[in-house]
Amino acid sequence: MSGSEGNFQVRLRQKPRYVNMDRCTACGSCVEKCPTAVPDEYNTGLGDRKAIYKPYAQAIPSAYVIDPVHCRQLGQGKKCGICAKVCPADAVDYEQTETMLQLEVGAIIVAGGFQAFDPSRFDTYLYANHPNVVTAVEFERLLSAGGPTAGHLIQPSVMGLRSDIASQEKQLQKLASQLQQLEAKHGVHTAQILENDEAATASGKADLERWLSLADKAKDAESKLTALKERESIAGEPRKIAWLQCVGSRDIHHCDNGYCSAVCCMYAIKEAIIAGEHSKEPLDTAIFFMDIRTYGKDFERYYNDAKAKGVRFLRSRVHTIDRVPDSDALELTYADETGTIKTESFDMVVLSVGLEASASTRDLSERLGIALDGYHFAATSSFTPVQTSVPGIYACGAFQGPKDIPYSVMEASAAACAASRKLAPARGALVQERTFPQEVDVSAEKPRIGVFVCNCGVNIAGVVRVPEVVEYAKTLPHVVYTQENLFSCSQDAQDRLREIIAQQRLNRVVVAACSPRTHEPLFQETLRAAGLNKYLFEMANIRDQDSWVHQNNPDAATIKAKDLVRMAVAKASLLEPLREERLGITRSALVVGGGLAGMNAALGLAEQGFPVDLIERGLELGGEARLIHRTWNGEDVQGYLVDLIGSVRTNANITVHLETRLTDVKGFVGNFQSVLTGSDGTTKTVAHGVAVLATGGQPLVSEEYLHGRHPRVIQWHEVDELIAGKDPLITEGACAVFIQCVGSREPQRPYCSKVCCTHSVASAIRLKELNPDMDVFILYRDIRTYGRREDLYQKARSLGVLFIRFPLEEKPKVEADGDGGLRVIVRDQVLGRTIALRPDFINLATAILPSGAEELANLFKVPLNSDRFFLEAHAKLRPVDFATEGVFVCGLAHYPKPIEESIAQALAAASRAATVLSQEYLETSGLVAGIDPERCVGCKGCLDVCPFGAINYFEDRHICQVNKALCKGCGGCAATCPSGSVQLMGFRPQQLYAQIDEALAE
Amino acid sequence: MPDFEPKILAFLCNWCAYAGADLAGVSRLQYPPNVRNIRVMCSATISPHHILKAFQRGADGVFVGG
Repeated sequence: MSGSEGNFQVRLRQKPRYVNMDRCTACGSCVEKCPTAVPDEYNTGLGDRKAIYKPYAQAIPSAYVIDPVHCRQLGQGKKCGICAKVCPADAVDYEQTETMLQLEVGAIIVAGGFQAFDPSRFDTYLYANHPNVVTAVEFERLLSAGGPTAGHLIQPSVMGLRSDIASQEKQLQKLASQLQQLEAKHGVHTAQILENDEAATASGKADLERWLSLADKAKDAESKLTALKERESIAGEPRKIAWLQCVGSRDIHHCDNGYCSAVCCMYAIKEAIIAGEHSKEPLDTAIFFMDIRTYGKDFERYYNDAKAKGVRFLRSRVHTIDRVPDSDALELTYADETGTIKTESFDMVVLSVGLEASASTRDLSERLGIALDGYHFAATSSFTPVQTSVPGIYACGAFQGPKDIPYSVMEASAAACAASRKLAPARGALVQERTFPQEVDVSAEKPRIGVFVCNCGVNIAGVVRVPEVVEYAKTLPHVVYTQENLFSCSQDAQDRLREIIAQQRLNRVVVAACSPRTHEPLFQETLRAAGLNKYLFEMANIRDQDSWVHQNNPDAATIKAKDLVRMAVAKASLLEPLREERLGITRSALVVGGGLAGMNAALGLAEQGFPVDLIERGLELGGEARLIHRTWNGEDVQGYLVDLIGSVRTNANITVHLETRLTDVKGFVGNFQSVLTGSDGTTKTVAHGVAVLATGGQPLVSEEYLHGRHPRVIQWHEVDELIAGKDPLITEGACAVFIQCVGSREPQRPYCSKVCCTHSVASAIRLKELNPDMDVFILYRDIRTYGRREDLYQKARSLGVLFIRFPLEEKPKVEADGDGGLRVIVRDQVLGRTIALRPDFINLATAILPSGAEELANLFKVPLNSDRFFLEAHAKLRPVDFATEGVFVCGLAHYPKPIEESIAQALAAASRAATVLSQEYLETSGLVAGIDPERCVGCKGCLDVCPFGAINYFEDRHICQVNKALCKGCGGCAATCPSGSVQLMGFRPQQLYAQIDEALAE
Repeated sequence: MPDFEPKILAFLCNWCAYAGADLAGVSRLQYPPNVRNIRVMCSATISPHHILKAFQRGADGVFVGG
């Protein structure tokens, strides 16, 4: 890389695939015939792949690649060339070489990921020496339907046993055939030779010796095989599985990974639950842990569910895994919570390995000049969470630190936003628009259907008798043209299709080939190029759902292909041209909430050139952040806030509305009209294309633990004020107590507020720094200092902060002394006795609640979860979107989170909003529902089932109508409508009925 | 009924069950040829009318995958 922000020159090395991607149709013929099997790295070596392979079933692009090390032709110097010979598309190219690409780019985003910790260095865990000790990644593959066992739960020792049996059987077969050859040569049975030496007279001395040694070996192999089979017969599914947490995490003694890997508690719980679901017999699952860190949205509920389902949680760090003699089982010795040493055996042990930076990302960082932190992850600030040390280079995902999928996805969008802010002037500079001819109006014509049946090389033709299908198609109603193609998807076949549509005046096209999921868009483009509406097209899937799944039954497969073609033709004859409408967009945004998240979202959009109305119900900008002095790693929040407010105030694209509430919202994505109401009751309507909801959260004001009744029981940031003011309570106090989970993780609020452990630990450290003689206690349930925050926990402990754990059913008791002092009674789980503390003050970490979400949810018709936080469209993959288009969420209103995550999420929301605002217009799909106003009775049944808010009820006419911009074409409304007035275009009842009729016709 | 061959009609959601049926093909999983698939954009499209219609036309079983 050379150059600088806005103008980088990068050189990329692209390794050869040895498969021409333009030609490969992913038919898989090469894999069937390739003679070389290699351990499959995607299945962590638990299964095999071939030397030519697709990395995994859903790989994109769906094309094959040759592993040049293991390929006989490329790597072993042998003559092979089988894949090139069998490839029907002529896609294999052994001559491909490495290519160097030179790119001019304005920004670089590094998403280098992580590697799983390799536990083989811990000899006490037997990982390298026992098949039934696996990593969580390996276990993930064992549970996967696409994995080496097709999702059946099998101990690796049994898998090993099965492959040993197979190779022993092969060996035995080989010996038997060698013996048979000798028998044939001499006309004597092996049995006779073994019983009677005289029988050997017929043979030569050399043959006799060979005979005897072969028979010896065969006998040996047979007894081994019997033993193996006996072992297999008693080996069943595993009945007991243990997970060991924090392998390669929270460990400064063995691997220097002092941090918490942030994701392992959740994945272990998930694996335990899924293993139980996959097991035929009742499965005993046990998770050995130090703290369970289910701090994410809805994670605590998942943990509670796991406990209810019988997953055992054992608070203990296991140091050794032992073999159980004469068995494949494993023995764990551990101390339980009372300190009693226990021993328990398990059929399998899963090591919950941590996430760490890989050597290759470290190397890449060095070449790009990106500064890394002490754990080799990209160093970033809380205030610019995706900005690396090099201007113009951004980081996201686990390259920046261990994190889960939702947060990685948020950061990915955030990095895109950060890059777009700088590159805004260049937006669209490289866009090329395709033009299509004017569409021919065929609505008045009778159907003229062309049927094109694909051979797909031998993929279809090897099973289905394609010429027979073509002949059959000729007999179907409205079919005026048929053709057989070798590859329907090839460029010349597309050109030809375009010509034939014109020549034959076709007004409907049916292609019988592969799946519409992969190829429908290609054919639809060709229809458009030929001047036909793209919805006058239908596919019959005679490959993926016919020839490939009935390989040994050509007759049935041919009949099925004919049926599928008949169904497609019947539907095609009823297809109608559908219109995709263009709707204008108001290219501006409304951001609700003037806190840290709202301001960052507003700036993220404004700096990309989009006008923003930012509304805040309070007197000033800043939100809850005004109460926070420092981030967990010591950065100055107030200084940052002043700068941020300044940037918002001076940005010409942002209009700030203080003391303003949103009172009405009309419209939909691209075209919202919202009413803002000021404190004096004056209203103002603003038009906007998108909305970002960032209404934030606030701490619960607790009545527990004497809060509100005793002046020295305080909560949250009140302790920061005392620290900042060097209050005598701090400088001269003898004892301070923090109580965690006040109102969180309780039946009425079963979620973890995520930020409280870190805040209390960081505050405790400051107390110790200011007044080392003070006794500082943190009363907690699990310490959830995830990620690098674990360093703080270690530091607090080394400074002498005392941590006392309490279970939910034994919460501490706070009492007021007669003399105005405080007394805390708590049972110390380690000492096994109740102790009394006399603190100078108590700070409560109360739950974080959403604010204002309820009100906005009603206005924008977006959902809330059961804890009243906004509910995003998809917990993992769409963390800032709503199912309703054009509305986005960020900050505490989504879930409690620290500053850097709020900012990343705000930038992500801005990024997602910009995907709408950067368009000239919105294009609706043709496959949307339509309501016949003549037949609609206004029952609103459709309105109730629509998950996308796409149906409006008109009071004046008593009917419902579909908003095509919001409709996703699911058809739920059509199935619900009692009068049949709602129909889904492209899937109208008569079209589906035609398919049903033909599917079942004799 | 030793020779009974059931006729099964399947309505498959484009995004999940239909994709699964494609993946079965890519993975070369073999299954009996008695099923005819109809692709829909969401299983929500399927109303009781479609299912009854299939039975009226002689289906022995109806599969809704979504």
